[in-house]
Amino acid sequence: MDRQSILEELKRVLTPYTANKEDLNSINDDTDLIKDLKINSANLIDIIIDAEAKYGIEIDADSAEKMSNVGSCINVIIEKMQQKEG
Amino acid sequence: MNRRVVITGLGVVAPNGTGIPDFLQAIQNGVSGIRFNPQYEALNFNCQVSGVPVFEWNHLENYVTEVSFHGLKGQGIGYAIKAALDAWTDAGNTFDTENDTHWDTGCVFGNSVSDTSVIKNIIARVDAKEAKKLGSRVIEQVMNSGATAYISGRLGLGNKVITNSAACATGSQAVLMGYEYIKYGMAKRMLVGSTEHVDPYIFGAFDSMRVLSRKFNSVPGQASRPMSATAGGFIPGSGAGALVLEDLDFALARGASIYAEILGGANNSGGQRNGGSMTAPNNEGVIKCIEDAITNSNVNPHDIDLISGHLTATLADKMEIRNWVAALGTDSSKFPLTNSLKSMTGHCLSAAGSIECIAVALQIFHQFIHPNINLEDPNPEIVEMTGMDALPTACIKKEINIVAKANFGFGDVNTCLIFSKFRNNG
Repeated sequence: MDRQSILEELKRVLTPYTANKEDLNSINDDTDLIKDLKINSANLIDIIIDAEAKYGIEIDADSAEKMSNVGSCINVIIEKMQQKEG
Repeated sequence: MNRRVVITGLGVVAPNGTGIPDFLQAIQNGVSGIRFNPQYEALNFNCQVSGVPVFEWNHLENYVTEVSFHGLKGQGIGYAIKAALDAWTDAGNTFDTENDTHWDTGCVFGNSVSDTSVIKNIIARVDAKEAKKLGSRVIEQVMNSGATAYISGRLGLGNKVITNSAACATGSQAVLMGYEYIKYGMAKRMLVGSTEHVDPYIFGAFDSMRVLSRKFNSVPGQASRPMSATAGGFIPGSGAGALVLEDLDFALARGASIYAEILGGANNSGGQRNGGSMTAPNNEGVIKCIEDAITNSNVNPHDIDLISGHLTATLADKMEIRNWVAALGTDSSKFPLTNSLKSMTGHCLSAAGSIECIAVALQIFHQFIHPNINLEDPNPEIVEMTGMDALPTACIKKEINIVAKANFGFGDVNTCLIFSKFRNNG
């Protein structure tokens, strides 16, 4: 799965946690989940749990801590999908 | 201390009506909210009927933010949010996420247990070694203060925010606490009430105590029979009730409409002495609670037009009436009209008191007395104390000024409130 299609799926994961849906239209690797999308920091763990279910992966606590912006989320998802396949 | 406390907003989720207009119509027409409960049958309960409100879960999307709605699972919290926010708007207020904190407005909202369906999810996940899949949204729904936290956060309430719990006296205790904070100048407004989710785990345990009705499973609408000769236990009920209480001057200044006034009340415990126990009241405590409420409200017991009883449809109904007789110092020729909302709703435990206080406010505002349904066969020992005329089986249009409302709970706790028609005499 390429970065662009993961980004599109990630948008769907982020939607229920993003108050202003329009903010999702212009997201890129640098979009910060808390600062730019105004996501409640407590919800980051829910996003990780939803992403684990969506991609059938396990995201350990150390990797989860890296997931602060869209780019780092995609990096971790790709890494975990590769580990799963490998 | 001449502050007066009035009721300016009501919101209800009841077995026989969700929303004030439906509930008002139901109690005027004696509509039962008790229905067959297939889950109770599947679980082999003796009691297989219950009062579950008709509740469109998705309507909560109009009450909380989309982010908050996503992940909201607690049924009792859902009931509470609807009742509380309906009461808030009924009182003429608006809400949005941007309003400033209302420092002058607080919340007392009660429940008996937090939602066991949420607890069950936690237990199943943790036991399956999947604790990390629980996410961020379960603690806020399993904490006892969950309903209060959702309500106060949605409305920005910044005064006292308290979750009370006093078993079946919870709802009326919340009303009394809110009244006292306003009366003693600590708050201008209090959003008060209580919630209960009709939950198979809690009611399974009540079923085991043999305090639930079991002989009317085939005729659910007839199952809740307070004060009747065939009363054989109470019916599980659930829902939520919320009231906006307000300092009279504050309410008048903003042009609020007023349902009724609260004159006072009392809350005590019989201490589980002199016949009182975990599950049965010390009659002395009940009588004292009613007497104290009357004294605090500065009314004459003979001026009470209506008793809204606790009256659950157990053997305790008779004792309760005996205690009212003793507290009011009256005989059967002068016993006030008496009704039990539970004949239509079943016993909503923590939510009973607040839903019944709403019924009282509506009866005062619209000047009627709702019927006791399923009272074709009144208990002769009760009739001997009250006279048959005091137990209406049809809706009565009548001038009513003063209403006494009481609830009694496990742990030998009592609450009594005195309501009055509102008159602005300066």
